Amino acid sequence: MSEPLLEVRNLRVSFRTRTGTVTAVDGISFTVDPGEVVGLVGESGSGKSVSMLTVLRLIDNPNCVIEGEVLFKGNDLLTMSDADLRSIRGREIAMIFQDPMTALTPVYTAGWHISEQIRAHEKVSKKAANDRAIQLLTSVGIPNAESRVNSYPHEFSGGMRQRVVIAMALSCNPSLLIADEPTTALDVTIQAQILELLRDLQSEFGASIVLITHDMGVVSQMANRVMVMYGGRLVEAGSRLDVMREPAHPYTWGLMGSIPPTDGTRAVRLAAIPGAPISPSDSDRDRCLFAPRCTFATDSCRPQPGLIEHRPGHSDACIIPFSERAQRRTEALAPMRART
Amino acid sequence: MTASSPAEPNAPILLEARDVVKHFPIRTAQGRQQVRAVDGVSLKVRTGETLGLVGESGCGKSTFGRCLVKLIDPTSGSVLFDGEDITHMSRRELRSRRTGFQMIFQDPYASLNPRRRAAATVEEPMRTHGMGTDQEIRARAIHLLQTVGFDESYANRYPHEFSGGQRQRLGIARALALSPRLLIADEPVSALDVSIQAQVLNLLADLQEEQKLTYVFIAHDLAVVHHIADRIGVMYLGELVELGGSTEVYNNPRHPYTEALLSAIPVIDTDTEVRERIVLTGDLPNPIDKPSGCAFSPRCRYAQDICRVEKPLLQIQLDGREVACHFPVATGAK
Repeated sequence: MSEPLLEVRNLRVSFRTRTGTVTAVDGISFTVDPGEVVGLVGESGSGKSVSMLTVLRLIDNPNCVIEGEVLFKGNDLLTMSDADLRSIRGREIAMIFQDPMTALTPVYTAGWHISEQIRAHEKVSKKAANDRAIQLLTSVGIPNAESRVNSYPHEFSGGMRQRVVIAMALSCNPSLLIADEPTTALDVTIQAQILELLRDLQSEFGASIVLITHDMGVVSQMANRVMVMYGGRLVEAGSRLDVMREPAHPYTWGLMGSIPPTDGTRAVRLAAIPGAPISPSDSDRDRCLFAPRCTFATDSCRPQPGLIEHRPGHSDACIIPFSERAQRRTEALAPMRART
Repeated sequence: MTASSPAEPNAPILLEARDVVKHFPIRTAQGRQQVRAVDGVSLKVRTGETLGLVGESGCGKSTFGRCLVKLIDPTSGSVLFDGEDITHMSRRELRSRRTGFQMIFQDPYASLNPRRRAAATVEEPMRTHGMGTDQEIRARAIHLLQTVGFDESYANRYPHEFSGGQRQRLGIARALALSPRLLIADEPVSALDVSIQAQVLNLLADLQEEQKLTYVFIAHDLAVVHHIADRIGVMYLGELVELGGSTEVYNNPRHPYTEALLSAIPVIDTDTEVRERIVLTGDLPNPIDKPSGCAFSPRCRYAQDICRVEKPLLQIQLDGREVACHFPVATGAK
C-alpha cells in the first residue's frame, strides 16, 4: 500500500459562539490515496465543507478551534508556517468552490485569474503565463480560448464560469483537488458536462479529488470511495460499490430513500427521513447523533457508536448487528414501493 | 397510503393555456429587442392531475407558471381557469377567482414576510378575501399549520425561526388557506436538502389525495417531476417540445432534448462500469436571438438541414405523445 496523499487524523473543528460551543466537525479521520476520487456526502450543516476548508486552513476566524492533524505528504498542514503553507495551497492542493459567480473577481479577466495563480507559484513571464492560461482554458473545453482569455466573468455563463474556476485550480498541476459542490449551482445538463470534464481531467492529470456533495447520484458517478457525514462525524465509509449496493448506516438508507427512484418505476411515497438535521449547537453529543431521526434507535445508541469495519474497506457507526442490516434496510426503504 | 392516483382521462379540464406568449422588451446596444421568454405554449390540465413542467434555467417555465396565475400579463394568448378566460378579466373579477388557484414559490426565504408571524402569514389571504370572523380565521390557520405538520406552538414564530423545509411547508399552508383547486408550485423543493425535499414531496402527495388538488409542478429535476407528476411537459427556450404521460416520457423520451435531459440525471450507479451518457454540448441559446428552425437544432445530435430551416410544430404522434421534432426518437429506443 502506497503512502496516502492526505491523511486526516481525528480532526475536530468547533466555533465559540455567544450561545456556547458549536461543534462543526467532531473527530473525523480518513485518508486520500494518490489518484483516488473520494466523495464526501452529507446534508447542509453536516460539516463536510468546514472539514475540507480546515484542511487548507482557509478558516481564520479567531473563534474557531481546530484540533487534530492534517498530514499532506507527511507534513502537518495545521502546524506548518504560513510561508510553507502558501507553497502548497493553490499549487499542490487546489480548490473548486461551489458558486462560480463568487469564486471569480468581477473586475479581472478569466486569463488574469489563471495567470495570477501561475505567477504566484512559478517564475514565468506574463506572456508565458497567459499562454498557459489559454492552454488550460482550451483543455477545460472553452471554445475560442485565445479571445475568451480576455473576457470578464460576467461574459461567461454559469457552466463556463465553473470551467474557468476548474482551469484556475488545475493551473499548477495540483496533486489534490478539493471540489466543494462543484455542480450544485448548475443545471443538470451543465452538471453532466462538468462531471464529464472532471472525469476526463482526472484521468489525464491524475490528481486525487475530494468531491463534496449532497447528491448521492453525483457521488456514484464520480467517486472510487464514498464517505457519508452526519453531524460532523463520519457515519459510513467504503468503496463506491459497497456503499451504493449495500449501504450499511440508517442515515445512508434515508439519503438514498429520499431520492426519487431513477430506474423508471414511480414510488408511491419516498422513504424520507423524519425530522430536521441535527443542529451543530446540539450539546448532547455522547450518542449516535442520528438516533433522534432513526426508526431503529434504541437505548443502546448511547454512548456514541464508533466507526467499525465490518467488511474490509467498508465501515459504519451503527449498533445494529451487521447480520441484520440487509433486513433492516429493506424495512427502511419499504415505503418506496412502486406505484401500481 | 397512496399518492396521487393518475387523474381520470375524462376529468373536466380545469386549466387551459392557449398559445401563451410572454415577451419582455429590453434595450440593448442593438436597440430595442424582445426576450422571448415564453413563445406560444398551449396545454390543458385536468382536474385532479399533476402536470410537471421541466426544463433548464432560462427555458421560461417559471415565467409561464406566473402567466398561468396572472401574476404577470401574457403578451398574447389566454389562460382559461374552469372555462373562464382570466387573462382579460378586470382586477375585481379576477380577485374573486383567485381563491381557486394559488402559488407556492421557489425561495422559502424570499417569499415569506420576515416581520409576520407564521399564523398571520397563513391568515392574510383569508382576511383579504373576508372568509369569516377573526376567530374562525385563526382556527382555520391553526388547522392549516397542523395539516402541514406544525403544532400550535409554531403559530407565533417568525420565519427566521424556521428552517428551509419548514418555511416551505409554511408557504404551502398559506397557499392552501383559500381552499384552492389548483396549486402552481414553482420549484418548491429545489432549494432544499434531499431529505427535506422528500418530506415536502410526500406532504404534497398526501395533500393532493386528501383535498383532491390539481397541481402544476415546475422543476428542473426530471427525476422529481417523474416522481410527482402524471404528465410531463418539457420546455426548451420558451416552447413546449414534448408532452406526454410521466412514465412514457421518462422511460421512452421521443424528443432529443428530453432524451439528453434524462441522460444527464446522475443516477445512483451500482454497476461496475459507469454508463455512457449523452452530454449536451454548449449552453442554452440566447432567448433574444433564437436559432432559426428548431430552437434545439444547434445542440441536437440528430439535427439535419431541415431542422435549421423549418420549425417543427408540436404534433401528436401515434402513441398519443405530443412532440415538436422533425425526427422524433423511435418508440422503444433508449
